[in-house]
Amino acid sequence: MTTIAITETPLVLSLLRLADTALVHSHRLSEWCGHAPMIEEDLALANLALDLLGQARALYTYAAEVEGAGRTEDDLAYLRDAPQYRNVLMAELPRGDFAFTILRGFLLSAWAHPFWQAATRSTDAQLAAIAAKAEKEAAYHVRHTGEWTIRLGDGTDESRRRMLAALEALWPYSGELFEADAADRAMIAAGVLPDPATIRPAWEATVTRVFDEALLPRPADGWMHTGGRSGRHTEHLGHMLAVMQHLQRAYPGCSW
Amino acid sequence: MTEPKMPLWEVFIRARSGLAHRHVGSVHAADAEMALQAARDTYTRRGEALSIWVVPSAAITASDPADKDSLFEPTASKPYRHPTFYDIPSEVGHM
Repeated sequence: MTTIAITETPLVLSLLRLADTALVHSHRLSEWCGHAPMIEEDLALANLALDLLGQARALYTYAAEVEGAGRTEDDLAYLRDAPQYRNVLMAELPRGDFAFTILRGFLLSAWAHPFWQAATRSTDAQLAAIAAKAEKEAAYHVRHTGEWTIRLGDGTDESRRRMLAALEALWPYSGELFEADAADRAMIAAGVLPDPATIRPAWEATVTRVFDEALLPRPADGWMHTGGRSGRHTEHLGHMLAVMQHLQRAYPGCSW
Repeated sequence: MTEPKMPLWEVFIRARSGLAHRHVGSVHAADAEMALQAARDTYTRRGEALSIWVVPSAAITASDPADKDSLFEPTASKPYRHPTFYDIPSEVGHM
């Protein structure tokens, strides 16, 4: 497939990393629509997906404006290939079972909530405005996925077995949330983005509080996957984008 | 869906413009916290609510439909209980 080439200044790259993580996670959550274990949870997962989609749209729109090449949010979402995507790898893993979906949502939102809280104080007014809306949404995501994590971890033998398997699979992807490369450091120095090192204690506290109640062990921090934020993805993202992008690829510019 | 581990809860919403909570429907949930979240996700998606109550459906004592003659029929012959026999002076305006 063809792809558009984005001029990735540190700010554009940072916005794409946040937007792509939100969009890809949103798409994985949306794959539950019509398939969740009960109607109440079907709606809850769709609500989470729509919150993230809204955040992605605001971030893409701003990224396109900063790039200044006349592109739109749709161009950025639909016309880049996997190597141009900048999301963390955890977001793109296949949806898995309900335990996997809940634990991924919990680990990501436990990071997103303190991140957006800190970003409300960004020196970039547009990013601060996006953060003010996202922060409230992320607070509910932590609450919903956290309460499910507790009930599944300290639930039946089967729910606990599934949670432990999800934890083993997801934990090695958590390190990428706290990486900082040269572009990140430039944004941190300018006061645009919070330093991930300052986000980590809040993430650790939330994870510890919920895992303690869920009777889940906090895994040791061993080797961590990396690469998504630089465009080195798992084989799963290309398949996901093929589904997500095919309409715009087959009928460029179509709308309804 | 009505097995003991996933009981039914009745949902009451206080709207932005409303003073009282009104019954809007029901949800299945394992416990009170999850029932509250299910009610939020099911019934407040369009900005309807300022407050939610959830009540275990089993906690509601309902009248027996078979009792409707003895419970409700006797009031039908007491129209004097309706405030329709008073002339409201026009100076009172809208009541």
